[in-house]
Amino acid sequence: MTALPLDTANQAGPDPAAGRRPRRRLSGLGLPIYVALALVFLLIPIGYTFVFSFNDSVKSNLAWRGFTLEKWLTVCNEPGLCEAFGNSILVGVVATVLATALGTAIAIALVRYRFRFRSSISLLLFLPMATPEVVLGAGLAAQFLALGTQKGIVTVILAHTMFCISFVVVTVKARVAGLDPALEEAGRDLYGSAAQVFWRITFPLLLPGILAAALLSFALSFDDFIITNFNAGSVDTFPKFIYIAAARGIPAEANVIASAVFILAIAIVVVSQVSRAARQKRLDRLS
Amino acid sequence: MAAMGTFAEAGADLEFIDISKRFPGFTAIENLNLTIPAGSFFALLGPSGCGKTTTLRLVAGLEEPSAGRILIGGTDVTQTKSFQRPVNTVFQSYALFPHMTVLENVAFGLRRRKIDDPLGKAHEALRLVELDHVAARRPAQLSGGQQQRVALARAIVNRPALLLLDEPLGALDLKLRRQMQLELKSIQTEIGLTFLHVTHDQEEAMTMADIVAVMNKGEIEQMGAPEQLYELPRTAFVANFLGQSNLFTGPVTGSTADAITVDISGRGIVVPRTRAQRHAGEVTIGVRPEKLLLHIEAPTADAGINVLGPGRVTDVSFSGVSTSYIVQIPGLGAVTVFAQNMVFGPVVNEGAEVWVSWTVDHGFGLEDEPAPGSRFPSDSSTNAIAVQRRADLETELEGA
Repeated sequence: MTALPLDTANQAGPDPAAGRRPRRRLSGLGLPIYVALALVFLLIPIGYTFVFSFNDSVKSNLAWRGFTLEKWLTVCNEPGLCEAFGNSILVGVVATVLATALGTAIAIALVRYRFRFRSSISLLLFLPMATPEVVLGAGLAAQFLALGTQKGIVTVILAHTMFCISFVVVTVKARVAGLDPALEEAGRDLYGSAAQVFWRITFPLLLPGILAAALLSFALSFDDFIITNFNAGSVDTFPKFIYIAAARGIPAEANVIASAVFILAIAIVVVSQVSRAARQKRLDRLS
Repeated sequence: MAAMGTFAEAGADLEFIDISKRFPGFTAIENLNLTIPAGSFFALLGPSGCGKTTTLRLVAGLEEPSAGRILIGGTDVTQTKSFQRPVNTVFQSYALFPHMTVLENVAFGLRRRKIDDPLGKAHEALRLVELDHVAARRPAQLSGGQQQRVALARAIVNRPALLLLDEPLGALDLKLRRQMQLELKSIQTEIGLTFLHVTHDQEEAMTMADIVAVMNKGEIEQMGAPEQLYELPRTAFVANFLGQSNLFTGPVTGSTADAITVDISGRGIVVPRTRAQRHAGEVTIGVRPEKLLLHIEAPTADAGINVLGPGRVTDVSFSGVSTSYIVQIPGLGAVTVFAQNMVFGPVVNEGAEVWVSWTVDHGFGLEDEPAPGSRFPSDSSTNAIAVQRRADLETELEGA
């Protein structure tokens, strides 16, 4: 081999610096503008909700009438609002706990064990996600009617648990599939009983997936309007309250709750990111 | 078994009685009978898919046998669960718990058995593998060799009656592997446990083990001390899996009180009766390449020497310590000769006419029925493995 082919290649090829410079200038302008526009587009509704939670509104909350903190301080004065919010939290927490526990168990069974109808069950679990919510809600309402169940908070919890399970199974299943079975075998080999292996090895290793599934469940449950509306009877949840209020003008107190939930969610994300970064730094220093 | 709070007193022997293991679609182990004496370093050697890892998993209790019994130290453990057996495993993938520190990994088994001072004993085990300084780290922050040693410490800290090693050195580079082989061997001598080591690396098995069992297609082909297996292989599989062999097939034409004569394409080759498994009919005989001598003129006939040739050297490859020659002998095919490099450069060059000879005492006769092709190709070891791997893969795919 000689150096000749390399030399000719260098001469024939375009000067890389000269070729790249104009393109860099283009991206230098275009991309940030595009990103900024996209972000503004996404954030306008949230920003509006937040700003108008400070509006000194009287009846409807459409026009800006001046800044006040009053709505934040007396949020529960709005009739029915805090009760609906409390119902949403209750439904969300109970449905999340139930769906996460059941869904995690199902996910482990589907990945780790071979049994009859395993693939059919996997498929059926996708159905609640694929079915239009209106159909699901109406179908459930019909079942509750046929069973003679009184509609109320219990039926809402059951309905939410049902559709959340699918999302939990899908989320946790991916995590279980990525878990080396040798780890659990090592646990058994090292004198761990079935329960010890689960709680000390399987569970901690699945925990990120389980937490993600729980967060997703809670968000889905908290958000849900259609299925809730079909199955809640006279009980109000936060989305249902907003929907009804929208007909006569949403009160600023609803903006307060929405903003508070948003701020809380962002705070949780920031705290977890900061603590993870701190832990990573500590680990890096150790090694 | 594995009583709470106590260690095994010493290594225990392991006994397999008529063990079979069938998976849907294929049989991994058929009627295996095997005894591993207490305190020995036992290697189970075979190509991938021969059933050696399944054997190990049966001992660990991670698989249940389809039939047969497993005894550890004379106690039947066939029905006991994995966590009740006085056995620990060093897994091929190490299987260190990623969410625990190295120290907690090592202490895991001790804590489960409620043994006093688990952290102190874990530190001690880490010192044995010279890794106490990384006790506070996570497994992901260690190199492959360090992880391997942690996995070893995590197993031996429990003082199991039986330590199972599932190709634990497979992922390491050659130099580290050599070093770990020596370390493993010295640890075994030091603590006197019974080691059952599964590997496909014949060199590893021979350097480390007291007893080697060569496994093929779910059965043990031959078992014995490494030298014994190497010098007197009983089957073509062993002859070619453990090192290389030149094998020839022909009819037995003569027989005396202490030797048989086999006709190999017109030449009478003598094999000692004690070193031949079969003494009549078509037999396959063999000799190791390093036992062969090259001659550039026909050697004088001698009762104690077998001679084949003349043939032509078709390939010469230098490998440092020795040079390997391929000699094509008309009517016989290729014969491999390893010659020590006592002088600079090869003794003969490609195309030279040569004879090969060996001392009668170095030959061996196999118990296999001769293959229809009359002679085993000299590269049958790699061929056999490739063919078997393909077959295994197919069964595995069918089974899945």
